[in-house]
Amino acid sequence: MSQPSTVLRYGRSALLVEVDDVLGFQAACEAAQPEGVVELVPAARTLLVRFDRTSTDSATLARSLASLSTVDVSERSADTVTLQVRYDGADLADVAEAIGLSVSEVVQRHSAATYVAAFCGFAPGFAYLTGLDPVLHLPRRSTPRTRVPAGAVAIAGEYSAIYPHPSPGGWNLLGHSDAQVWDVGREQPNLLVPGTRVRFEAIR
Amino acid sequence: MTGKIEILAPGPFATVQDLGRPGYAAVGVGRSGAADRGSLKLANRLVGNPETHAALEVTLGGLRLRVSEHTVVAVTGAQLPIRAGGRAAAVGAPIVLRPGDELELGVASLGLRSYLAVRGGLDVPPVLGARATDTLGKLGPPVLAAGMSLPIGSVVQRSPCVDLAPLRRLAEEPLLRLEPGPRLDWFTPSALSTLLTGAYTVTSDLDRVGVRLDGPALTRARVGELAPEAAVPGALQVPPSGVPILFLADHPVTGGYPVAAVVDEDDLDLAAQLRPGQRVRFTFPKLAASD
Repeated sequence: MSQPSTVLRYGRSALLVEVDDVLGFQAACEAAQPEGVVELVPAARTLLVRFDRTSTDSATLARSLASLSTVDVSERSADTVTLQVRYDGADLADVAEAIGLSVSEVVQRHSAATYVAAFCGFAPGFAYLTGLDPVLHLPRRSTPRTRVPAGAVAIAGEYSAIYPHPSPGGWNLLGHSDAQVWDVGREQPNLLVPGTRVRFEAIR
Repeated sequence: MTGKIEILAPGPFATVQDLGRPGYAAVGVGRSGAADRGSLKLANRLVGNPETHAALEVTLGGLRLRVSEHTVVAVTGAQLPIRAGGRAAAVGAPIVLRPGDELELGVASLGLRSYLAVRGGLDVPPVLGARATDTLGKLGPPVLAAGMSLPIGSVVQRSPCVDLAPLRRLAEEPLLRLEPGPRLDWFTPSALSTLLTGAYTVTSDLDRVGVRLDGPALTRARVGELAPEAAVPGALQVPPSGVPILFLADHPVTGGYPVAAVVDEDDLDLAAQLRPGQRVRFTFPKLAASD
């Protein structure tokens, strides 16, 4: 259990909360429902709290937020999504070489971990997955690709991700999945909403 | 039976916009919607629509369309000449069109974006609850092209008894109110005064995502990378060059550069009317005690 370290003003209708356990703090906000809150947006180390300034003000809301303690969500029976991955990515060999492992060891390490969708951004349905084996922490490619195909399974820094749409991208491509992580026709278009656990299963 | 409008020429860039799709930022979808929300709402009110109806957002004018039946339209936002059914018409006033009439927007002389509302609204299929085109998230109706036909909806309110809405004239050199951003402390103490005294110019690198400015650079006091964090419209995000980018309606949901200051949300409509080459100034009013 921890408390937010800092609550920062962000314009007239939002506050940015710095907290170690972002999803745990988001759960605390959802439970406490402070007056006037309209939207919570998790990111890597922060939670953006948007509010309706006709029903509260930033000083009052900041005080309520600072008094909240995070909820332990690690034991929550969150949905686990298993995604089948064909490890045939264009950067697989380069990644193996950069960290001095064989390709099969890279595949083994990437598919052994359980990930958590921490936050989204970059594009609709693009979830930043935490839990990547520290051995696989690598910088982005020095030259981004102009087009990464939809379904590409990739790593950069401390995160793994699946590209939901074809887009430019600088992440290291390990493989691809046919899973439809984003579909606006679904009631919840994003398969990987923050808090979802994700496993990758290597297929041939 | 409801009619349609046919796009004969879209001008440099035009989209369908409403008030956007709030509430999806956590799954990576921004609010989007009209860049100048006040002008969209006014255009809707002038034709007796709910303020939330979808209308056209036209960049720099130049759009031509034809209507299939009797209807009322209104144009708000940028200052530009209008011809309707061969006659001159005015910004900020209801315009009656007959079947087959053409409406033509000239080139905007002040401001950038115009909003063209049709009585009944544009009844294109909603995506995640909105008819807004999100140019960054690639959601919603396609960008307008010549030959496209858009259905007119049927949900209306009573026709307003208004001939002309009084409009504030857009400034040649707009003044936008700022407040300190969440990462102002990543910059040297002179950063705010640089923003307030520097004359910034709007570059042509401008779209619905944001406005790249040209002017004095802010100096970083902290090196290193910022972990991605959520952004708001109006954020002045500062890339390594030090020269801020002003986020507009289709800004990225999360960004990785520190935000030094935020344009007051009450001035975002003015920010959406900035045009390439225009100078813009910033001011920093004292924070209201109640805030």
